[in-house]
Amino acid sequence: MSEAALLRTPLHAEHVALGAKLVPFAGWEMPIQYPAGILAEHRATRAAAGLFDLSHMGELRFRGDGALAALDRLVSSDIAGLAVGRARYGLLANERGTIVDDVIVYRLAADDLLMVVNASNVAKDRAHLASRLPAAVPLADESLATALVAVQGPRAAGIVAGLAEDGSAAMLAALPSFGVARVRVAGIEVVAARTGYTGEDGFELFAAAAGAPPLWRALLAAGGSAGLVPVGLGARDTLRLEARLALYGNDIDETTTPLEAGLGWTCKLDKDFCGRDAIAREKVSGPARRLVGLVVEGGIARHGHAVTDGGVEVGRVTSGTYGPTVGANIALAYVPAARAAIGTALAVRIRERDVPARVVRTPWYRRTA
Amino acid sequence: MSTVPEELRYSKEHEWVRVDGDVAVVGITHFAQEQLGDVVYAELPEKGATVRQHASMGVVESVKAASDVYAPVSGEVLERNIKVIERPELVNQDPYGDGWMVRVRLADRGELQPLLSPAAYRAHIGENAGTGGD
Repeated sequence: MSEAALLRTPLHAEHVALGAKLVPFAGWEMPIQYPAGILAEHRATRAAAGLFDLSHMGELRFRGDGALAALDRLVSSDIAGLAVGRARYGLLANERGTIVDDVIVYRLAADDLLMVVNASNVAKDRAHLASRLPAAVPLADESLATALVAVQGPRAAGIVAGLAEDGSAAMLAALPSFGVARVRVAGIEVVAARTGYTGEDGFELFAAAAGAPPLWRALLAAGGSAGLVPVGLGARDTLRLEARLALYGNDIDETTTPLEAGLGWTCKLDKDFCGRDAIAREKVSGPARRLVGLVVEGGIARHGHAVTDGGVEVGRVTSGTYGPTVGANIALAYVPAARAAIGTALAVRIRERDVPARVVRTPWYRRTA
Repeated sequence: MSTVPEELRYSKEHEWVRVDGDVAVVGITHFAQEQLGDVVYAELPEKGATVRQHASMGVVESVKAASDVYAPVSGEVLERNIKVIERPELVNQDPYGDGWMVRVRLADRGELQPLLSPAAYRAHIGENAGTGGD
């Protein structure tokens, strides 16, 4: 795709003014880092708060009588049992039981559901869903009209609540993890969800495109004294990997299954959903390979690197980085189930050398508060 | 601090060389560390190793990517900077000082000739020399 064809979020001018390094990502021109750099942005999010532009993410909306029941048959997790004002993580799977996308479904009202999908998968998901939804449940793609700003970190909730009027502030403070509510923040109407992709507490704020720049500026101004900084996709990746949150296209895709990826917990097998039968069969036989966490001693494992055992390739790295909070080189990799036990000694082939690696418990990072 | 110090010579691959007699100290430039971003891992040749001009002699890795470090001169490695291996962020913080990488005994002083002057290096990275650079 040529640079000219890249989409820009409503916050593009803010990123340019902040001196961000912009890169193509899933068809969008997105900030990968600001002048402070990936390490500083990562650490600020863990210690105080980070501000993220996630407007590239896809938002699909389902309204109407049968929306809840229809999505329950297309998403792996329990959507039928989702209360109004709650959200749930789940998978879209195909009939073969492999992963089409990982999504969060938000129940905004009785017959009003919002599904947030990966930017790279919007067109694919639309086709997958549209061909399987009953005619009575229309799908509206609101991706381009919707901006998404996330505030994540131990001080995130205080910063967001501090910008809300009385009623909204109380609602935000009371919102549990995976809760969602309509509130006003800095005078802007938003859908606020207590969700995120960093391993920290925080909010994701959905707003109309026009509301995004004033919302962003108000959050930066109000949060600055508390240590809030803008954070790009580079630190978003190190933050999510330390918390062992899967990245579609790296760790999971249509060649991987929920059980292999350690996402069996998202599959409610006692209901009917697309892919259920194949996943149930794999649960009986057990997956042949598993996505495991590694600590690598001597070099940084990257997506695509071979995992070896005794010099023989046995698997592949799907994500790898230096974990700034963990203080070690960490990676996710698919390895045979027989080599997936915690403590197993393996190696990662980095620059034609087999570098020692060990299977470890994940997540590497878990917040204490 | 100048981002292209006057007393150094440069390679097109963004290494710098400080020559003192027949010994050269080598590192990567301010421009290179800025392009890389936060350096979090470094591999450098051991004492006694032989490096060859324009051949890879080590690797620096940022959070996002790995990059080769090319030897700007040939010779025997007299010392590598252990501090950079222990604290790779020195490459970002002080690329021309504490972030140096190796000391090399020059095998051939003639190899210095084709290295870039500060003005030529500034032009190479598209930086305005400020003093009538072409």
